[in-house]
Amino acid sequence: MNIVSIGFFVAIVGLTLVVTYIAAKRTSSAADFYTAGGGLKGWQNGFAIAGDYLSAAAFLGVSGAIALTGFDGFFFSVGYVVANLVLLYVIAEPMRNLGRYTLADMLTARFNEKRIRGVAASGTIIIVILYMIAQLVGAGALIKLLFGIEYWVAVLIVGVMMTTYVLFGGMTATSWVQIIKASLLLFGTGLLATLVLVKFDFSLLKMFDTIAVDHGEEFLVPGIKYTSTIDSVSMMMALVLGTSGLPHILMRFFTVKDAKTARSSISWTTWITAIFFSLTIFLGFGALNFVGLDQILAESKAGNTAAPLLAHYLGGDVLMAFIGAVAFATILAVVSGLVLTGASAISHDIYGEIIKDGKLTEKQQVVAARTGSISIAIVSIILALFAQSLNVSFLVSFAFCIGASANLPVILYTIYWKKFNSTGAVAAMVTGLVSCLILGAMGPNVWSPVEGAAIFVGKPLVPLAVPAIITIPLGFIAGYLGSVLSSSKVPKEEAERIYKEIRVKSNTGVSVSDISH
Amino acid sequence: MANVSNKKQAPSIDYDAIEAMESFNSFVRKKNIFLFSITAVFLILYILLPILAFQPVLQQKIFGNITGVWVYSAGLFVMTIVLCTVYVKKAASFDKAAADVLAEYHAKGGK
Repeated sequence: MNIVSIGFFVAIVGLTLVVTYIAAKRTSSAADFYTAGGGLKGWQNGFAIAGDYLSAAAFLGVSGAIALTGFDGFFFSVGYVVANLVLLYVIAEPMRNLGRYTLADMLTARFNEKRIRGVAASGTIIIVILYMIAQLVGAGALIKLLFGIEYWVAVLIVGVMMTTYVLFGGMTATSWVQIIKASLLLFGTGLLATLVLVKFDFSLLKMFDTIAVDHGEEFLVPGIKYTSTIDSVSMMMALVLGTSGLPHILMRFFTVKDAKTARSSISWTTWITAIFFSLTIFLGFGALNFVGLDQILAESKAGNTAAPLLAHYLGGDVLMAFIGAVAFATILAVVSGLVLTGASAISHDIYGEIIKDGKLTEKQQVVAARTGSISIAIVSIILALFAQSLNVSFLVSFAFCIGASANLPVILYTIYWKKFNSTGAVAAMVTGLVSCLILGAMGPNVWSPVEGAAIFVGKPLVPLAVPAIITIPLGFIAGYLGSVLSSSKVPKEEAERIYKEIRVKSNTGVSVSDISH
Repeated sequence: MANVSNKKQAPSIDYDAIEAMESFNSFVRKKNIFLFSITAVFLILYILLPILAFQPVLQQKIFGNITGVWVYSAGLFVMTIVLCTVYVKKAASFDKAAADVLAEYHAKGGK
């Protein structure tokens, strides 16, 4: 670990702590803690959502995947970018108009039942923990590589930092850490891409020619990693639909004051992610050409250090230290958002609303939120310490699969389908979640005939790495059947009255504007 | 009973009355047709990528060594930006329609 690395590292930690200190003074109520008081501007929330998308898995993982597998790695980039449209067209505005702090708040706006809240909160906690372990394991490995710190020390450093941001600065600090990191990441990626383009005389054609001639034409088309159409289709479905079901993304829509601002947030996010993910081509192919496959593989089998290695080639120790520090900030920002989301499910949904019937005072809510944050942080850190050898990208794609199969059907039905009822909601969420877990446990990430390639040795019963192509339809079908089969048990007039209210609120935002005045 | 005595409390809104208004229903119908038809289009164009990516049509070279999959992906990026812009424009007209509905409701004596 050299002096420049330490300098960037300290600068980033210092900057985020200053932000947290300022945010802490503004964080006094539960609304401040969970949603920054709903006071973020469109561009701020847009950068923060982009920050959530651009996790370490996206920045390091995608550029590494393109370096190692060519177009197969770029599938992810396309998925993340188009996912914005699903959020924008069918989710963002109704979500803002109906919810308060959590996904469960939005669902219980229509079905005021504890079992709905309980199931939704459990789903949120499972997704958050999966995603968090993936980020922490990735962080530990990365920091070990960049700074030569032991894995467990690295996980502890990240764990303490994320807890500090969330505990003192709540959503305000988390959002600003996210905004700073997204800006730095965009700058860093832009710089690397420009330097790569300079080497190719600013010619895309020349870059592709060099890749084709020096490294092989197989990098130009899919096939190095993904060979089956159905496997790729399934993964792409999880990416584009799962984003709209990830609780830490959904929660970001409650940090703005109205649907119009939610819309402008996603508009910002769309531009930022489209630019960023276009640049991943240059990072990936740049690393392949200038660093070389052998060296990338020697550092990390998954190619996770392709981007920092490319930075070293292009700008020496200083640029590598900068990119390393940005990657560190990326991890910190994403895990902080996850801690906050997990805390909202534990403290607000389960403790505040289910156990205490929503009768907590403002002060008790804030105490509960902080206690929940510490609990979720501790659990995740402990799990991450034992999960060092797990395949990180598998965990992330799994979280997307659960988001798409368990959360998305129930969100869409709640907003748009009149005959949907609470039995259908429970059926959809439980079926989506359980089918993902079961099919995933029978899949090739858990079972492999080759010893050491997966957790168990054996032939996978389900050949799909990401079972989304089966589980998403299952979630929708379960929601439909659950509603239709139980329709006689639901008091019709009451259900219709509530749906009318939901329909008016989600389409006009009338309740949100009233509450904020 | 539901009268506003406390300033902080939102005035009670008669959701049934708004939901029964013709202007509300025609606005929501138009909006949903727009949202879901565009969503169907971009999801189909999107999911064609992993299907066609393994077919000769997208594996052939188009510009120099740049193959069809990259060009199609670039098209999806452009589509995303364009549809995002279209939505933001269109949503402004939905905002106006929603405001009109509420104005009509208030004019009829709704609180």
